[in-house]
Amino acid sequence: MMELLQLLSFGPDGWGFALLAAAFMTVAVAVCGFLIGGIIGAVVAWGKLAGSLPVRLSADAYTTILRGIPDLLVIYLFYFGGSMAVTGLFNLWGQEGFVGVPPFVAGATAIGVVSGAYQAEVFRGAFRVLAKGEIEAGKAAGMGQLLLFRRIIAPQVFRHALPGIGNIWQMALKESALISVTGLVELLRQAQIAAGSTRKPFEFYLIAGAIFLAITWLSQRIFSWLERRAGRGISGGLV
Amino acid sequence: MDTLFIRDSFLQLLSGVPLTLELTAFAFLLGLMLAMLIALMQVSRLRLVRMLAGSYVFVIRGTPLLVQIFLIYYGLGQFRPTLQSLGLWQFFREAYWCGILALSLNGAAYGSEVLRGALQSVSKREIEAAKACGMSGFLLYRRIIMPLALRQALPAYGNELILMVKATSLVSIITMMEITGIAARLISETYRPVEVFIAAGTIYLIINFLLTRVVSMLDWWLTPHLRGVPTTGNPEHAND
Repeated sequence: MMELLQLLSFGPDGWGFALLAAAFMTVAVAVCGFLIGGIIGAVVAWGKLAGSLPVRLSADAYTTILRGIPDLLVIYLFYFGGSMAVTGLFNLWGQEGFVGVPPFVAGATAIGVVSGAYQAEVFRGAFRVLAKGEIEAGKAAGMGQLLLFRRIIAPQVFRHALPGIGNIWQMALKESALISVTGLVELLRQAQIAAGSTRKPFEFYLIAGAIFLAITWLSQRIFSWLERRAGRGISGGLV
Repeated sequence: MDTLFIRDSFLQLLSGVPLTLELTAFAFLLGLMLAMLIALMQVSRLRLVRMLAGSYVFVIRGTPLLVQIFLIYYGLGQFRPTLQSLGLWQFFREAYWCGILALSLNGAAYGSEVLRGALQSVSKREIEAAKACGMSGFLLYRRIIMPLALRQALPAYGNELILMVKATSLVSIITMMEITGIAARLISETYRPVEVFIAAGTIYLIINFLLTRVVSMLDWWLTPHLRGVPTTGNPEHAND
């Protein structure tokens, strides 16, 4: 036990500071990916609900494909594919040699594109719970598109989507561990580095797992607080 | 975009399909058995048993699969002398078995939640009727609760199967050459990530599509009482 604490200490021989920084990196890349996914999800859900036939079909294809392919492949695509594209661009510019995409950008984009497919499904499901009468009532009261969206649609969709969104956030968080393959020093990569230099892989992967668990647990608490908050004033809580 | 190259990598990637399917099947079946055990523990009358199963699910679902794989494959290597004396080193030395172990432990936690919901959905009346007929304990579970619960769980458990196919891609990181492993090698050899991605993605989509069909056929076969009822379209889309 003492030994474990020593490994975790914040002193010059300990890994505490490095692991803490890596945990922040994990959260940062997951949050960025999740937000990108939120924007993609909203647009794709809108395409599924209101788009013309080709828009609807491509939105459906997007969600089907991204949910059927391993996330790791998507990360490879964005990391290596992105680097190829950037290198090509720079070569056009006259700059020679290989230019890599920053792993953070590639990772956040990959998480965003995958979680966007899942978020689209959640938003779509939440929108369908909305009673048609409420939208009609809003229109009858003279609300324009934007006001209707802000006052009537968004708050209700948000409330119904929250539990599903919470699950997707947890997915994005756990997916961020895969970005370690691109060399981004997030929690798992940092644990790998520490394990390599101390030859204590068991301890460090255990610690990494424990930190992940703490983050998922904390976010679970935050989401259930948000759900309670969003559901206030509604009998029986979330319906 | 080079279609010839896509076709070429598609053919090369096909050689990884057996391993992906094998890993999926093994891990899925092991996971299913473990999931049943955990689900039964979750509905147990004993608080301690419930708590044990609950914490297992909480820990596994709260940590990334890749961390679990690394913990088993690299982490347990630290205890090599102990494992050797127990005769388990043969097993933990192989990425293959470590991968299957991690995948099934992980799948079991997610699967048990599906099964728990299904077990709790079995109506009290049917259990009471069975008890009135004199069934109890194992017979009650085998004849009444399990069949009803499994049928209830099937659609959701089908999703778990798809997730398992996707999850097997992670063992490529611990040197297993299944579809994603071969894809990563092709990318680093040819520097053509987009084409390789299209080829590998197509293979995964085909596998997942076929498995979805199999699950829905199984579902159709298991629910004869829902068939033959004339309905006007899919009730889910009736209000569109």
